[in-house]
Amino acid sequence: MRKSIYLLVFCAGVIFFSACSKAGDNDAAKKAVIQDYATLVSDSYQAALADAQSLKTAINNFVANPTQETFDNAKKVWLEARESYGPTEAYRFAGGPIDIINGEEGPEGLLNSWPLDENYIDYTTGEGSVGIINDLENFPTINKAALEAVNTEGGEENVSIGYHAIEFLLWGQDNTAPATLQAGQRPYTDFVDEGTAPNADRRRQYLQICADLIIDHLQILVDQWKEDGSYRKTFLALEPEAALSKMLTAIATLSKSELAGERMFTPYDNQDQEDEHSCFSDNTHRDIRVNFDGIKHVYLAINGTNTGNSMSDLVKEADPTVAATVLDQLTATEQAVYATGIPFDHAIVDAEERKKVLAAVNALRKLGNQFAAAGAAIGIEVSTQLK
Amino acid sequence: MNRIIYAVLFFVALLLLVRCSGELRSGLRPEVGEERSGGEGTILDASPNAFSFQVSNLTDEQGLFFFTGNSLFNQNWVTAPASATARDGLGPLFNAKSCSGCHFKDGRGKHPTTAGEINHGLLLRLSVGNDANGAPLPDPNYGGQLQDQSILSVQHEAAFEISYENIPGTYPDGTAYLLRKPIYTLKNLTQGKLSATQISPRIANQIIGLGLLEALEERTLLDLVEQQAAIDDGVTGKANYVWNIEAQKMTIGRFGWKANQPTLRQQVASAFAGDIGITSSLFPEDDAPTHSDYATQPNGGEPEITDENLGRVTLYSSTLAVPGRRDWDDKEVLAGKQLFESINCNSCHVQKLTTGKHPQFDALSYQTIRPYTDLLLHDMGEALADNSPEYLATGREWRTPPLWGIGLFDIVNGHTNYLHDGRARNLEEAILWHGGEAELSKQAFMQLNQAERNQLIQFLNSL
Repeated sequence: MRKSIYLLVFCAGVIFFSACSKAGDNDAAKKAVIQDYATLVSDSYQAALADAQSLKTAINNFVANPTQETFDNAKKVWLEARESYGPTEAYRFAGGPIDIINGEEGPEGLLNSWPLDENYIDYTTGEGSVGIINDLENFPTINKAALEAVNTEGGEENVSIGYHAIEFLLWGQDNTAPATLQAGQRPYTDFVDEGTAPNADRRRQYLQICADLIIDHLQILVDQWKEDGSYRKTFLALEPEAALSKMLTAIATLSKSELAGERMFTPYDNQDQEDEHSCFSDNTHRDIRVNFDGIKHVYLAINGTNTGNSMSDLVKEADPTVAATVLDQLTATEQAVYATGIPFDHAIVDAEERKKVLAAVNALRKLGNQFAAAGAAIGIEVSTQLK
Repeated sequence: MNRIIYAVLFFVALLLLVRCSGELRSGLRPEVGEERSGGEGTILDASPNAFSFQVSNLTDEQGLFFFTGNSLFNQNWVTAPASATARDGLGPLFNAKSCSGCHFKDGRGKHPTTAGEINHGLLLRLSVGNDANGAPLPDPNYGGQLQDQSILSVQHEAAFEISYENIPGTYPDGTAYLLRKPIYTLKNLTQGKLSATQISPRIANQIIGLGLLEALEERTLLDLVEQQAAIDDGVTGKANYVWNIEAQKMTIGRFGWKANQPTLRQQVASAFAGDIGITSSLFPEDDAPTHSDYATQPNGGEPEITDENLGRVTLYSSTLAVPGRRDWDDKEVLAGKQLFESINCNSCHVQKLTTGKHPQFDALSYQTIRPYTDLLLHDMGEALADNSPEYLATGREWRTPPLWGIGLFDIVNGHTNYLHDGRARNLEEAILWHGGEAELSKQAFMQLNQAERNQLIQFLNSL
């Protein structure tokens, strides 16, 4: 009798401890994934900030000495800055500082709002004296506070600042037919006094302020995510399941809804280049590709040339079959996304190219669902819905 | 040893009993699932984007068309002719350049705070009487709606200003309150004499859950009419019957502040025509008087929005999810809910209804929803009257507005203005404006003590 009790206690003890150590291992593995993610996010925002600083320098050089050469250089540097900002969009939709800071709306809308109504900022074909730049009565002074205050005032397309405002100022409206494969053709002389458009001084000022604001807003994100940054601490203190759920929800939502829905299907359906993400510079194909890269980097924990502890590893540990299916879909989606035509405004109107766009949309939708399945495999809930 | 165990057991049992009987006595337990106001498609989000999610369970195709609808909802229309042919045809007169100009973030329009501010969601309907069906007759010079903006080549119709008359009052417990009654003054009239004798201010509504309201069977609404008539509490709702353009007959009204639109598609098309100046197959004419130079402006195609795109915006407006409730199991909120019922607010703001089959969207069919409306017309008293009859709605009658989402206006739209013209600066003022059929409930609210009134407000804020 007594022996059997000891045996029971012993067994119970073994079960208890083994369960614990198993859970402990698992917890440590999850925490490693979360830690590497925080580093990835922090490094990515720092890269975006460094590129934004280069953009500011290029714009300052152009404004100080407006020539075709300095203008082209500013455009080139803008395109480079989009390469490092694009992947960071994989950190949206996770309740992080890009979307919300202490209950207040985060800087996403100030950085990357689109599509924008050109008329809100500057003249357009047929409307020569409209926009904030030409409105001396309501905007006697163009400064940071004035421009930030009216961003999306009175309508979601009333975008005054951010990457796409700079894009419009540098490239101008894309008025050419998509088949000509041309971007916007604003002349640099729009920024030269007595040049091709009135209020050149205010246009120069506007451009510089937008560059300054991008730096301010990226700095907020860098500060939140850096070592000992406010949100980084909050994030790392979350239950591992909660943190993983945010990470996976973010990339699932970007894949299935924001990228597949808003950025690709909408212009595909409307066949309207006004609906593409970077419509002035015809850089949308790169936006789409680097957004996808951001998704992939989060799931596989790729940070530059390093590969860290990944979500994929956790899924593999829990369910190798699901893990393999997700990886297959990730590869298929990468191929589909990279196969879409260039420029995107042509890809959405040309009959043959349209098929490839739709294939990429469907692949991204499926990938979003696969991420939800991956979450289920490791016991976390994942949402793919979007506004 | 045994004694100790018994003592512990007894104590635990006692605790359980006390806990249970406490709950039973007050009845303060949330109903299972009551936080999911919009049924299965409810979105659990209380962020600034809370009104902007699509319902879950849409088909893949519908889920994608939603995004196109979203884009059309947000986009600014431009003056015709323009290179962007898909989006030209603005005006010539308009109240906003886009749907989102008034329904910002799919939410509630903003009441202007300073004189001269461009309106973002408040407009004035004008009429000179009603036709045989009850449809309002437009002002011959200004049309059925005052548009306070226009394209560059024409003058806008007029502007309006709001001044306020303060109306002080006191609760029976001695607490004072102050309501503000708006007075609208039209100025800078550019089109000659204004004949409209009826001027009705309307604020833009939040867009959430509209497809669910469309999926309510007509029978459900008519049953509510009968139920209300059977109870002698002063509440007697009635259905509005309005002209249905596509059906070419009068059908039950559901949308708009006076239940003046029969379908969401017609509501959307009417807003395009009246508010943005975009014609459609349902409304081939802008709301611009034909005598003026407005009529000679180039248009953006006939119609300016295609049936396909109108369909996308209608899909979008039908399938925006209702956000779930916050703090629904909080005991103050539950106490507030109990008060809401005990003072009879729920006779019009009906809590729970079940949808029938939605003709297009299965995700909206057979859902248990908690919209807090009966979609019926009620006399709301002289103080709220706009004196502008519309079909069966008299100048004192308004449709019970749904209350789902009202606790999120501040987060989504940055204000807490309520009622048809945004005159109430908070929920308490909104309640105090109630009169007519709601007079008894308002009186009962005023009889509550401060703590109870706060509980009721907390409950409303959880919606």
